[in-house]
Amino acid sequence: MRDLTLEDIEALAVGAWVLGTGGGGSPYLALLNMRRLYAEGKRVALLAPEELADDDHVAVVSNMGAPLVSQERLADSASIARAVQLMEEYLGITFRAIMSVEIGGNNGVKPLLAAAELGKPVVDADAMGRAYPEAQMTSFAVGDLRPWPLAMVDPRGIEGIVAKVPSWKWMERMARKMCVELGSTVANCKAPRTGAEVKRWGILHTTTQAIELGYAIQAAQREHRDPVAAVLESQRGVKLFTGKVADIERRTTEGFLRGMARLDGLDEDRGRRFELAFQNEWAVGWQDGTPRVMTPDLICVLDTHSGEAIGTETVRYGQRVTVIALPAPSVFLSPRGLDFVGPRAFGYDLDFTSVFPS
Amino acid sequence: MKRIGIDVGGTNTDAVLLDGDRIVAAVKTATTEDVLSGVRQALREVTEAAGQRDVQAVMIGTTHFVNAVVQRRELSPVGAIRLGMPVAASLPPFCDWPEDLAAIARGAVHMVEGGHDYDGRPIMPLDEGGVAEAARALRAAGIGCVSISSIFSPLDPSMEIRAAEIVRQEHPEASITLSHQLGRIGLLERENVALMNASLAPLARKTIRAFEAALQEAGLSAALFVTQNDGTVVRAKLAERFPVLSFASGPTNSMRGAAFLTGLKDALVVDVGGTTSDVGALRAGFPREANAVVKVGGVRTLFRMPDLLSIGLGGGSIITTDPLAIGPRSVGFRLLQEARVFGGPVLTATDVAVAGGKLALGDAARVADIPPRLREDIFTLAARMLEEAVDRMKTEAAEVPLLAVGGGAFIVPDQLAGCSAVLRPAHAHVANAVGAAIAQVSGEADQVFQGLSRGEAMAEAERIARANAVASGAAAESLALVDIEDLPLAYMPGGALRVRARVVGEIAA
Repeated sequence: MRDLTLEDIEALAVGAWVLGTGGGGSPYLALLNMRRLYAEGKRVALLAPEELADDDHVAVVSNMGAPLVSQERLADSASIARAVQLMEEYLGITFRAIMSVEIGGNNGVKPLLAAAELGKPVVDADAMGRAYPEAQMTSFAVGDLRPWPLAMVDPRGIEGIVAKVPSWKWMERMARKMCVELGSTVANCKAPRTGAEVKRWGILHTTTQAIELGYAIQAAQREHRDPVAAVLESQRGVKLFTGKVADIERRTTEGFLRGMARLDGLDEDRGRRFELAFQNEWAVGWQDGTPRVMTPDLICVLDTHSGEAIGTETVRYGQRVTVIALPAPSVFLSPRGLDFVGPRAFGYDLDFTSVFPS
Repeated sequence: MKRIGIDVGGTNTDAVLLDGDRIVAAVKTATTEDVLSGVRQALREVTEAAGQRDVQAVMIGTTHFVNAVVQRRELSPVGAIRLGMPVAASLPPFCDWPEDLAAIARGAVHMVEGGHDYDGRPIMPLDEGGVAEAARALRAAGIGCVSISSIFSPLDPSMEIRAAEIVRQEHPEASITLSHQLGRIGLLERENVALMNASLAPLARKTIRAFEAALQEAGLSAALFVTQNDGTVVRAKLAERFPVLSFASGPTNSMRGAAFLTGLKDALVVDVGGTTSDVGALRAGFPREANAVVKVGGVRTLFRMPDLLSIGLGGGSIITTDPLAIGPRSVGFRLLQEARVFGGPVLTATDVAVAGGKLALGDAARVADIPPRLREDIFTLAARMLEEAVDRMKTEAAEVPLLAVGGGAFIVPDQLAGCSAVLRPAHAHVANAVGAAIAQVSGEADQVFQGLSRGEAMAEAERIARANAVASGAAAESLALVDIEDLPLAYMPGGALRVRARVVGEIAA
């Protein structure tokens, strides 16, 4: 276990945004909360998953809702902490530590808010290794772990429990209804996990991965080196395409942001085209009409100059971007894993082939 | 109609006198510390040069307010009142401001219950007693600048309006800024705009009074207008209430001026200064609006600002040869001391232009040793940088004309990839002042309508926009609708519709 410095957390926010693979929401508001909590003297420790005892209880937290709403209602460290306490009260247990359901985007920093408020450590792990749009797209669902109960908190003193559901899909439906009624932003403490479950089914060391990624980008920016090269080196990633955004088309359907970005090649890719489909996050990429990269490989679109991630909500015409792929967690590469997060789970009739040799 | 346009920049105060579309006189004077004497001087010089003073309107564009934020001077402490508790409590007003600026502007922070959800329901009923208590505390503390921000106020401004009534009762001499009048969705960014506006209120009052005094001293009975971020003007009395709306009037006026001087309405404009080149896009003669967060003095804001791309390429940009690079560092206003052609030690873009015969300035003999090959490489590099900036600002692949203005425009080549032509308007050195002089008056409505049909709501929005334009000094019969859009608010009850309408017209004689 080690204490995280504020510099670690600033780097985590940069890295989590890249691992958001285009979605997950900006970690900016969560980072603002952490700056304040650290200024007040609070600290967060990072716990290696190997340090968990098999029968330890681990809280799995996230924020659920619409990104537009969180721009107005912001993010409150007290609510996410209260969700963890509510779960402890409901089950009569004491959590050893807190972890994130998704390391990508805003939720990558969220567990630190609860941890700082409650004085508990954060586990160096998550259940996606990135960001995904739907609640059943987790390694815990792939592992067929119990989806209930769920604790939900609104700062007006409204607290709810979903006590039991037969499937992850039902949990998504129940939780979504409650969330909408509360103004489309809530703090969640999801089905608790044991230490054994985290070690068996969690995606391990992703907090450290995001921090190292953030540091690599920050150092390259500071030393005027190529930040994209720094990302590739730090994450054993592959550069797929360098170009500029030639066209972007978005539509909001069934609560998701879907669409397509078209890139024209620059430098060594001059004369080539690249197309990227997204559902909140980047899902599939085609080079000159041929599938080149697809989920669960991580597809990240970076600003060619700054190395910072570009989201599906903010990408715009004329931006200079580099498309890279990072390796997917192995849990998603099994046939069952691909059922949950492979290209067909996003409606693309493609057999998964990885950019990375197996 | 005769009018005078004045642009008060950081270095120069420029003035032009227009008779209809004809430039009668143009002058350039130095900006002064107090602003007022520079404006007085410019008014005197331009009326003397024109030999006439029977102007009907004077339009002033000024960077004074944005400079006050950037340079942290003449700002007043603000009492921030936020309506939304218990939501967002852990991120209070000023939470993402640079500490040096917050230390000046953060007078007091009060957060009380209120605010709305995205579906129009109150988060909590407005705590009127809490607002009154906050107002009394601000009054007791001698804080006269007040900002009020409420969660989701762009969808429902009623709580901000009611809170303002209460503050006015308890603290009658307070000047009050409401966030929904300035910003968009995004509580922190909208609130930041309101806080900044409130902090500038006393300086705005003082500056506008000084402009009025300058007009009087010059013996002009013209109406006074102040230019806005969107390329239009409002009466000085109204501008005084919203100083943030003039933050970007410098680049806006230069773009509008370039459009007027070339007769083009759809084009890209590059304004090359000493340190940076600002590229913007004109659509139907007006600058395209930014739809993203813009940082002002280190503070994130989201409001009506032109979409500008700034790159580190200007007349004073420093050139390094290994590897070859121009900027982003610049000698800036020390060009006359530092550049080689003026006997200084630093190789700048200006030196290379003189060596290449593109510019006659200083002593060309001092740069005769620059090899022609290096000159060409530097010009090519500058062209590449400009081509990329132009390409990033285009929203479609077709070629567009580029208008080059500003003191460093010599660095822009006559041909650039992606541009159908590069045009250098006559009088480009006073494009800003021309842009101010030709500005029209606009009026806006941005409101949520309930219980009306789409057609009725749009007609009502246009009526409100026209009334606002007339209040800003427009001639009613000249007004034309330039922009109207309706956004159905799926989550609001009763078929709610948000309509934004904008009209533009001539100044009332």
